[in-house]
Amino acid sequence: MLSGILIFNQKGENLIFRAFRNDCRPRLADIFRIQVISNAQVRSPILTLGSTTFSHVKHENIYLVAVTKSNANAALVFEFLYRLIVLGKGYFGKFDEEAIKNNFVLIYELLDEVLDFGYPQNTETDTLKMYITTEGVKSAIANSATDSSRITMQATGALSWRRADVKYRKNEAFVDVIEDVNLLMSATGTVLRADVTGQIVMRAYLSGTPECKFGLNDRLLLEGDNMTSSLGGRLDNATGSSSRRKNKTRAAAGSVTLEDCQFHQCVQLGRFDADRIISFVPPDGEFELMRYRATENVNLPFKVHPIVREIGTTKVEYSVAIKANYGSKLFASNVVVRIPTPLNTAKTVERTSQGRAKYEPEQNNIVWKIARFTGGSEYVLTAEATLSSMTHQKAWSRPPLSLSFSLLMFTSSGLLVRYLKVFEKSNYSSVKWVRYMTRAGSYEIRF
Amino acid sequence: MAMNKIRGAFTAPRKGETFELRAGLVSQYAYERKEAIQKTIMAMTLGKDVSALFPDVLKNIATSDLEQKKLVYLYLMNYAKSHPDLCILAVNTFVQDSEDPNPLIRALAIRTMGCIRVDKMVDYMEEPLRKTLRDESPYVRKTAAICVAKLFDLNPSMCLENGFLETLQELIGDPNPMVVANSVTALAEINQMSPEIDALQVTSSTLRKLLMALNECTEWGRVTILTTLANYKTTEVKESEHICERVVPQFQHVNPSVVLAAVKVVFLHMKNVNAEMSKNFLKKMAPPLVTLVSSAPEVQYVALRNIDLLLQKEPGILNKELRVFFCKYNDPPYVKFQKLEIMVRIANDRNVDQLLAELKEYALEVDMDFVRRAVKAIGQVAIKIESASEKCVNTLLDLINTKVNYVVQEAIVVIRDIFRKYPGYEGIIPTLCQCIDELDEPNARAALIWIVGEYAEKISNAGDILAGFVEGFNEEFSQTQLQILTAVVKLFLKRPDKAQGLVQKVLQAATAENDNPDVRDRAYIYWRLLSNTSDSNATKNIVLSEKPPIVSTVSSLPPALLEQLLTELSTLASVYHKPPEQFVGQGRFGADAVQQAAIEEQIQNARENPLAAAAAAAAVTGATPPPQAQSNIENLLDIDFDGTAPASAQKEPTNGMSGLEGLAGTPVRVESPAVGVPASSNNLDDLLGVFGSNDAVPSSAAGGVGVNGGSSNAMDLMNGFAGLDLSSNNAATSPSFPSQGTQPKKTNEDILSLF
Repeated sequence: MLSGILIFNQKGENLIFRAFRNDCRPRLADIFRIQVISNAQVRSPILTLGSTTFSHVKHENIYLVAVTKSNANAALVFEFLYRLIVLGKGYFGKFDEEAIKNNFVLIYELLDEVLDFGYPQNTETDTLKMYITTEGVKSAIANSATDSSRITMQATGALSWRRADVKYRKNEAFVDVIEDVNLLMSATGTVLRADVTGQIVMRAYLSGTPECKFGLNDRLLLEGDNMTSSLGGRLDNATGSSSRRKNKTRAAAGSVTLEDCQFHQCVQLGRFDADRIISFVPPDGEFELMRYRATENVNLPFKVHPIVREIGTTKVEYSVAIKANYGSKLFASNVVVRIPTPLNTAKTVERTSQGRAKYEPEQNNIVWKIARFTGGSEYVLTAEATLSSMTHQKAWSRPPLSLSFSLLMFTSSGLLVRYLKVFEKSNYSSVKWVRYMTRAGSYEIRF
Repeated sequence: MAMNKIRGAFTAPRKGETFELRAGLVSQYAYERKEAIQKTIMAMTLGKDVSALFPDVLKNIATSDLEQKKLVYLYLMNYAKSHPDLCILAVNTFVQDSEDPNPLIRALAIRTMGCIRVDKMVDYMEEPLRKTLRDESPYVRKTAAICVAKLFDLNPSMCLENGFLETLQELIGDPNPMVVANSVTALAEINQMSPEIDALQVTSSTLRKLLMALNECTEWGRVTILTTLANYKTTEVKESEHICERVVPQFQHVNPSVVLAAVKVVFLHMKNVNAEMSKNFLKKMAPPLVTLVSSAPEVQYVALRNIDLLLQKEPGILNKELRVFFCKYNDPPYVKFQKLEIMVRIANDRNVDQLLAELKEYALEVDMDFVRRAVKAIGQVAIKIESASEKCVNTLLDLINTKVNYVVQEAIVVIRDIFRKYPGYEGIIPTLCQCIDELDEPNARAALIWIVGEYAEKISNAGDILAGFVEGFNEEFSQTQLQILTAVVKLFLKRPDKAQGLVQKVLQAATAENDNPDVRDRAYIYWRLLSNTSDSNATKNIVLSEKPPIVSTVSSLPPALLEQLLTELSTLASVYHKPPEQFVGQGRFGADAVQQAAIEEQIQNARENPLAAAAAAAAVTGATPPPQAQSNIENLLDIDFDGTAPASAQKEPTNGMSGLEGLAGTPVRVESPAVGVPASSNNLDDLLGVFGSNDAVPSSAAGGVGVNGGSSNAMDLMNGFAGLDLSSNNAATSPSFPSQGTQPKKTNEDILSLF
């Protein structure tokens, strides 16, 4: 598997070098620096030289590199590198050059723990935090033998994500449904692609070992509820429900079709596959319970009508209208519209009916910011970009206009949390909170 | 603050740093010693040699401070090799630690011992390892399990004698899922190191245990178990069904590598179950595959490469998902290119309009490489879907009208291919001829000239156009020269009155003033044919013979390779679309064996399909000569690691020969034939041949082709001239044949002209 993990800064200085196998030589650091960091031509995240493969990802101002000498599992390698980033963020808040330089001892310790002989072990931040602690807080726990046997039991157990002795005076669970809506609209206004990638983040402050059941207005599940006949085999279930889909449209009104979902490792996948029930013992604190994808009936929160006219070779005129397509009680915040300008723009003049617009030459964008966008309203920007003349006139590629925003209490997919049930031995009552938010994923409009 | 002092170590080294560190390491104050150790590790990371401090660091090994212990161990692992004798001093601590009441320390000790690769240390490992394998703490057991693999790497016989492998096999039945996963990992590793032992035997009872552990262990453990399941050969249909059913829920895992591993298991075992069921599994596979496309770009890239493989086997699985593969403006190029290929693969007559609109959009972007590929994709779609060909041609004409130089050139090349499938579009030829002056790439020029020659009877000014090219014949690339030659001869045969003078002129230029053997040979053959007066139709029959229409310009892997790669899903091999032997270095894959396999495959190929093989051979010469420096680095790498020189280094090319010569002879980098992807601009890629950019074949293999196919290019290779040609960086004199594998037409003519 992995022969070593290397971390570089942007200048190519080697910050961390941890070899897990004999074949990972210090000299490899130089080779990576020469071949990847100082080579502008590289276009692939994977590079094989001789029989050595470097797989790298970039994060903030660092390169994380995995060295392999075998036919390694590439998906696993990259996923692991991303997990390292998550781990780094969990420990240091931000995982960048600064954090690495300040915590290099801890990072070596972590690497020693999460990889053994190049094979990934437990990478759950919360579990690791129990016995690998940040500087200063020398854990008294980890040093006493009984406690560490408990910790190690947990780190390897079937419930490796949860301590057994969690106690809260007030039992609460917060559920955040966060959706990223992706849109690609053509210049003629047809929707080329609209889909939602959602995640459900849970913050569980629950005592003991609670078993939770979580219900959504998932179409398949709702149909399942209404079905009285037995489901038969596991496989028949999926086909069965899709064939019944037509008959059940009325019953399934107000439900959403999830194309696909992924769950945190605490969710019992077998049960979901069999009866679409989301059942789990949550980790303590914040975690991502599930991710999902929906492509049907996507509600687009904003409609954008850009009109862009190139007048001769010296001027471009913009008129961008943006309309909020949600109830007037809601409002979106931090709406930012990025309107591309040609590379040779010399100066711009903008007028807006709401918010402020500014030209950002380094990005080749006019950035229009609207702090608060009430539902149903429509705002317009008109702008004019004056172009400097260039000796070599090249056509402007017209990159798409893009939007970012966040909108509370709105889900583009129409997803709703129907229930969250908590079962625990002591039978305490718990309080649950649900919050919905829709953000812009890649919200692009061509013009 | 301690923190600032640590940071200080990143600045320029002070004088006598080693001295200072040593003073710190033997200081009477614990905190100073610890700080010195930290600084030592820091210096080690920066690549400084601090091995001289070995004895002093070692003095700090016996400590109750876990963090300090870890640092000392880290140091030990790095420098044990340079001080094997001193390592003995640490043994005692290790053995003691392995019996510590604290499981974390026991695990740390056994983990580190396995990483100190010194023979003397190995001798002392036996006892602690035996104990820790039976430890009460699963954390220690799972660490010890991996340690067996480490020990096996160092001393296999010791592992076997002590029965550690049997213990590992028992651990597969451990109640703790992580211990199970690590035992499987260790056994799989050992199995890979020496397959003859057959360490990882999966029986139906182990299978049950694995399936049990699958639902409980960590995500990484799941990948291990799933990989093992994928390699397992089932004995009966029921078993395959059972495995698939148990694995399908893993499609919903959040970790993409688990999802891919699960896809692999189901895909491989699906073959054994009945059609109805496997259709169902395929249906369930589609949504998770699509979800992978929204993961991080690097993971996405791996997923896309794998989807490409799956689609070649099961073209229908993502039929309705075209939109998902639309390129985002900010996608990295490697993702965009891959998405393009996949879009072409899933194009059908229902989604083709959408696809064309999208491709046209891409063709107007700025990234030249991407634009070219988009244009090429339009051509591929036209050839793939007959009903859409007209729309495609219209789109291409629109693009030609943009007058953007590289778009026009690529479009012409693409249209040439379209003519080879649908000869009926001659109406657009006048438009094409208008851009003659803008074409400066040999490929595009050659394409246009081919079109002119092919339709000479319908183009009234064909003579004038060709006359222009003949005028500058000697300045053209040989690829273009060949086409001029052929086109003029075709024109002459079709309209003898117009081209009498021209044909003489061009034959004269090609034989007397040209030093390229290919051009000369072809000219001589034409000359001989034309001077054959006994049968005036013979020449026509040969030169103007009906050519078989091309079927597809979408590259696809040979079936045998595809089958092999499907068993390698999610690995590097699946990303490169190359069998692992080609990049995994020597190891236990004997260099000879690999070369032998390559030759056999080549011969087999040649037997089945002489044209394609010949084309592949021809393409060798089209590969870009890589810079010498890079091949050196690569060789250095291998020398560095294995102590022995790799095959490529042994015949390290002398002065005139670049690394590519080595490439042709090195089994490690044998390329698969018939992968016709356009040459990428990245030399490094070409050199490594791992991106499917060029169709290099080993020279010896090409020799076999030469005998069969009789292509002149293959003969060149056989005679060993290829190396010389390749090494010349002067593009004007080196033969640059079309580097597309999809060029049977040209080779076709080659062969025809030889007979």
